[in-house]
Amino acid sequence: MTAPLLITGGRLVDPSQGLDAVGDLLLVDGKVAAIGGQIAGPDGAQRVDAKGLVVAPGFIDVHVHLREPGREEVETVATGAHAAVAGGFTAVCAMPNTKPVTDNQATVGFVKRQGEAAGFARVYPYGAITVGQMGETLAEFGEMVAAGAVAVSDDGKPVENSHIMRTALEYAQTFGIPVVEHCEVMALAHGGAMHEGTVSARLGLKGIPGEAEEIDVIRCILLAKLTKGHIHLCHLSTKGSVDLVRWGKDQGVNVTAEVCSHHISLTHEAVEGYNTNAKMNPPLRTAEDVAALQQGVKDGTIDLLVTDHAPHHYDEKEREFPDAPNGIVGLETALGVNMTWLVERGVLTIPQLVDRMSTRPAKVFHLPGGSLAKGRLADVTLFDPARRWTVDAAQFKSKGRNTPYGGQTLTGQAVCTIVGGRVVHQLDR
Amino acid sequence: MPDAAQVALNSKAVARTISRMADEILELNAGLDRLVIVGIQRRGVQIADRLADVLRDREGADVPRGALDITLYRDDLQTVGPRPVVGRTQIPVDIDDQVVVIVDDVLFTGRTIRAALDELADFGRPARIMLAVLVDRGGRELPIHADVVGKRIEVGSGGRVDVFVPTLDGRDEVVVSGGLA
Amino acid sequence: MTILGKDLLGLAGLSREQVTTILDVAEPLRAISERAIKKVPTLRGMTVVNLFFEPSTRTRISFEFAEKRMSADTVNVATAASSVSKGETLVDTARNLEAMRIDMVVIRHPHSGAARFLAERIESNVINAGDGTHEHPTQGLLDLLTLREKLGGLEGKRICIVGDVLHSRVARSNIWGLKAMGAQVAVCGPRSLLPGAIRELGVEVFDRIEAAIEWADALNILRLQLERMQLGYIPSLREYNRVFGVTRARLERAPRDLIILHPGPMNRGVEIDSDVADGPHSVILEQVTNGVAVRMAVLYLLAGNAPALADAAKGATV
Repeated sequence: MTAPLLITGGRLVDPSQGLDAVGDLLLVDGKVAAIGGQIAGPDGAQRVDAKGLVVAPGFIDVHVHLREPGREEVETVATGAHAAVAGGFTAVCAMPNTKPVTDNQATVGFVKRQGEAAGFARVYPYGAITVGQMGETLAEFGEMVAAGAVAVSDDGKPVENSHIMRTALEYAQTFGIPVVEHCEVMALAHGGAMHEGTVSARLGLKGIPGEAEEIDVIRCILLAKLTKGHIHLCHLSTKGSVDLVRWGKDQGVNVTAEVCSHHISLTHEAVEGYNTNAKMNPPLRTAEDVAALQQGVKDGTIDLLVTDHAPHHYDEKEREFPDAPNGIVGLETALGVNMTWLVERGVLTIPQLVDRMSTRPAKVFHLPGGSLAKGRLADVTLFDPARRWTVDAAQFKSKGRNTPYGGQTLTGQAVCTIVGGRVVHQLDR
Repeated sequence: MPDAAQVALNSKAVARTISRMADEILELNAGLDRLVIVGIQRRGVQIADRLADVLRDREGADVPRGALDITLYRDDLQTVGPRPVVGRTQIPVDIDDQVVVIVDDVLFTGRTIRAALDELADFGRPARIMLAVLVDRGGRELPIHADVVGKRIEVGSGGRVDVFVPTLDGRDEVVVSGGLA
Repeated sequence: MTILGKDLLGLAGLSREQVTTILDVAEPLRAISERAIKKVPTLRGMTVVNLFFEPSTRTRISFEFAEKRMSADTVNVATAASSVSKGETLVDTARNLEAMRIDMVVIRHPHSGAARFLAERIESNVINAGDGTHEHPTQGLLDLLTLREKLGGLEGKRICIVGDVLHSRVARSNIWGLKAMGAQVAVCGPRSLLPGAIRELGVEVFDRIEAAIEWADALNILRLQLERMQLGYIPSLREYNRVFGVTRARLERAPRDLIILHPGPMNRGVEIDSDVADGPHSVILEQVTNGVAVRMAVLYLLAGNAPALADAAKGATV
């Protein structure tokens, strides 16, 4: 048992109870024991001075790639979970596009155990929707859920067969988990390396039109409408997608959606010079899309923020643009990027940001956490909302160095990350 | 006054000098027989033209006139880098067994003439190559000498000799600035 | 002193002054190929590697002629013979070559951006001989040289690029080069073979070849890659020829004499009819001649640039 932890004088921000006030927080036995006002800690309590810091329920990233099993040279569950706490995340959901694919109870259990053994962020595995992510046969949702899976997804590719998707949405209701779709029409996106637009025309790179995503978005919304299942849409990148989700929610469809930090901060211009660290799928899009995604996050159409943390080996990105893999690391920059592009520019308030990074992800994925109410998990993130820092990929806890933010100065950084009442990350200040 | 510009040859003097140079060429070659006049781009071409005009006036016949641009034959590409202007090289006749007179405005280090000799060799094998220059300013870095010299002016390495020709510069004179011995 | 900086990766970003300098230098170099001894000693002692990751006959030969006429030592590395097929990365291949003390690399690669990728990682000068569907700057330059001569200048002249602009590096280099020189540029082709954002590049679009012919001073007719049909971009070569083929009958209705360019190799009877290709308006063979001169000029203008100077000029080469 760890000693009781008393966090004093911080700005307590807990959207789950509408709280935004300076006060103390007491964590005992891995749970929130008391919150608000001045708390006289029990004898032997470890004290953390949180003056000037925001004290929030721990951030939850429902979309990360931890590469284990199969690509341990790129990332492991342990290094990924370490990167998570360094970025202020107390829980992550690990996508199942591992090698072999996490499409069975054994692999789900393995990922979960690796997370527990690492002792950093909580690691909640995804299971695949279809066996081998081949889009043909449903994976065994029931067994995977029993082994610890919190959702199913074939992320990395879409479930193109609408019958399979329909069935997944129906079957998943049995176990109360969301079906999480990577929205892409492969025939339209085939061979594409970036957003289809002026920059792609100039660089001579095959483009991926926004419609390649949007067509799948509306298909999934309509199938969720049909089945009354819960569809969660991954990493939306276009204004059109935001409009379609808004329509779906207006129709009462059980649709939730996420957006990545890079899609609310960068545009396709970042690809200029064939920068492989700006290569991702879905691609970085236009300033108009960025504005619409920010607006979607603000008005709640987009439920939550994620990283799509996707580490790659140096060699893999150090090559000709069309051959380089998609994706960037994000766990250690997300808070800074979100604070810089959303809070500093007045799109979100700090309580709204905490909501999109903690409370909502917990709610949408039915996870513990996301709240500092008495009796809830003692997963807490302390961050300095004013701290300016420069991104140095060499300092990442992640094995991945593939970030487009290297050298940039961001505002806002996690100072102390607490999981289950235990301090698992502390910034050297 | 080390840097003051001084007119070394005015328009009249230039004309007199070129006229005398033409006579020397005729003397050396015993007439126009097999003679080809080739100027080095750019001001050598102007001087060569004027020489050829005088030769025509003296002998009543035209001499073939050519132009050499030696930019691609320079030996300083690695140190100085490429020059953004490459002129035309035009050799109007077969120069095998001809007497070629290379004409330049100023003879200094001799490197330009070295390059011109190399370039000429790519066009054929003349019976003889002569060199005629309006000004020999000394300062040779190669064993090269002129057969016909308009005027000798010793100018130190810090000085400069500028030959102005009417077609390019709108004036007709030779100016020396600095470096006079 | 440096005109181009370290590399020539594309014509995008080059100024009118830079393009003019290259063309002005290229012009007198044509005469070298007319001499008995077709060689100048300019690049004596320099080693140029022609690194071709894509089959190419004419561009490689043209570069090789240019290099040899400038007295450079040349080494040809073609895909089949290279170690790339054994899984070595592009950058490793280049670094290995550089360890053998080379001075320049001419690269042809199927991926857009490959030339720039290489240029950023090696000290040697890099000349892009075509990267994916991005740029083919020396082809653009030889087209400019040909057009400038035939049209008596480029300012205000109307040039229409006809065909598969979407997949054409030649089209992109032409667009940037022509625009830098003050020409008006249009494209004409099936909409499925034009980039959606083409107008944002500052060019006009013609859907009818007849309208393009009426408008233009010159047509630059692109090669139609035959596999475009299999990939579903156009229904048939037959229909392509009927709708977009440049035929004599169509040219005869032009209000002025057009100049006809084609980067080759031609598909006779598809994008261009034989009586046009071999006709009086065709300057296709002049293009080939100018290609050698332009490449000689580029080799010369990049040679001998001290790295420090090249760095300062890097901003100018996109």
